[in-house]
Amino acid sequence: MEAIKELSYALDTFYFLVSGALVMWMAAGFAMLEAGLVRAKNTTEILTKNIVLYAVATIMYMLMGYSLMYPGDGVSSWWPGLPSILGAADNTAEAVIAGGDDAPYYSTLSDFFFQVVFVATAMSIVSGAVAERMKLWAFFVFAIVLTGFIYPMQGYWKWGGGFLDQAGFLDFAGSGVVHMCGGAAALAGVLLLGARKGKYGPDGKVNALPGANLPLATLGTFILWLGWFGFNGGSELKVSDVAEANAVALVFVNTNAAAAGGVVAAIITARLWFGKADLTMALNGALAGLVAITAEPLTPTPLLATLVGAIGGVIVVGSIVMMDKLKIDDPVGAISVHGVVGMWGLVAVTLSNPEATIGSQLLGLFTILAWVFLASLIVWGIIKAVMGLRVSAEEEFEGLDIGECGLEAYPEFTGSRGSGK
Amino acid sequence: MKMVTAIIKPFKLDDVRDALAEIGIKGMTVTEVKGFGRQKGHTELYRGAEYVVDFLPKVKVEVAVNADILDQVIDAIIKAARTDKIGDGKIFVVDLDQVMRIRTGESGKEAL
Repeated sequence: MEAIKELSYALDTFYFLVSGALVMWMAAGFAMLEAGLVRAKNTTEILTKNIVLYAVATIMYMLMGYSLMYPGDGVSSWWPGLPSILGAADNTAEAVIAGGDDAPYYSTLSDFFFQVVFVATAMSIVSGAVAERMKLWAFFVFAIVLTGFIYPMQGYWKWGGGFLDQAGFLDFAGSGVVHMCGGAAALAGVLLLGARKGKYGPDGKVNALPGANLPLATLGTFILWLGWFGFNGGSELKVSDVAEANAVALVFVNTNAAAAGGVVAAIITARLWFGKADLTMALNGALAGLVAITAEPLTPTPLLATLVGAIGGVIVVGSIVMMDKLKIDDPVGAISVHGVVGMWGLVAVTLSNPEATIGSQLLGLFTILAWVFLASLIVWGIIKAVMGLRVSAEEEFEGLDIGECGLEAYPEFTGSRGSGK
Repeated sequence: MKMVTAIIKPFKLDDVRDALAEIGIKGMTVTEVKGFGRQKGHTELYRGAEYVVDFLPKVKVEVAVNADILDQVIDAIIKAARTDKIGDGKIFVVDLDQVMRIRTGESGKEAL
């Protein structure tokens, strides 16, 4: 009996770790997707942003974010208490074997590992929206604050047991806590940053600035799709009995189905609206489907999950076009995919989960949206005042790879001599 | 007839194209090139090692024009492509012996 309890603990811990590793892999997905959708001259810079933000998120969450988001017993339902640094302590075998309702069934550090990759995901949503014209180091400063404070606060209010959770707000894997959060932070940044030069012409003309590498963008999307099985699957938080194993399987099936619905709906929408099957819309459609189902991948049937994803796919195409009409320049569609469809995901919970009410879903939606958007606006504003957000016009024309990174992603004509001096 | 070749900064391509369209130029050929004049290159760092990139991205625009609008064409390009900063580019004009439209066999001024 003891062996079974230990094995069960090990299995659930292992499940957290593997799911976390899959979500970590989504960082590669974002990096490739964004690298494929920006112009060649800005590729190195966006890759640099992606790998550094992942590292910053890991460190800030360890230093303070995790303890803010999961204090155990918060000071109040909206204030978690003071943060602390993550230690190395973990559960003992005795505590596990002792059993009972409070017995731990997974390693605490495995829970940290699973959670830290989620905050990295939220932050990486921002990097695509501000691409091609933001100062690299301004972005890193914002990353420190989002991952160390802004994200953990709203995470506490829901997953840490705070007032949103107590009000009955449901968000299984983070359509709101992660995706809409990232979208809101991105929107705040983009509003203060401004559009790329040449994107919008007079009389509302929208100019295309095509991405340089669609194979990378497609690869990135597939990587994100794969990683999402860890994102949603792992959020079931347990796999070690029949009911839980079945639940995880259904979550995987629904996650996959929603992505598929998103792809089909988006590409049909693009074909009908623009006359062509737009690959970039299909890619955004897959992600929209995934974001849409993320708030509730367990209770729908696979058919309903497909429909939820499909609606996300239609919404994202419309949102992307509308953003451009509003002159909100988002090179990869991050605000639409994660912000707008994240809202749909939160509302869609009411379609299949009898415990959800539209009132509590909207409470969560507007609370997270307001908190993240306003807090981000303040932080971006301070950064703008102190160091500036935007590169110079000349740097923007030359490409950020030269100015910010000193490295070209696709170098040509460098000759064999180098500087030779 | 003259062949006008302009080397311009890449972000000026749309402005030059619009300016030429305004004076009635109906076609052109565009190539992405690299080059330098007095605008020196820049030094880059690759994993700690410095290297100099002398060649800067430019765009080459080639238009075949009637000799009697040559001055207008040159003025239009200069006005559209100029930023008053080093690296704005150059315009070269050469004589064009023969022009032919492949589809119809027209030649000379009708083929321009």
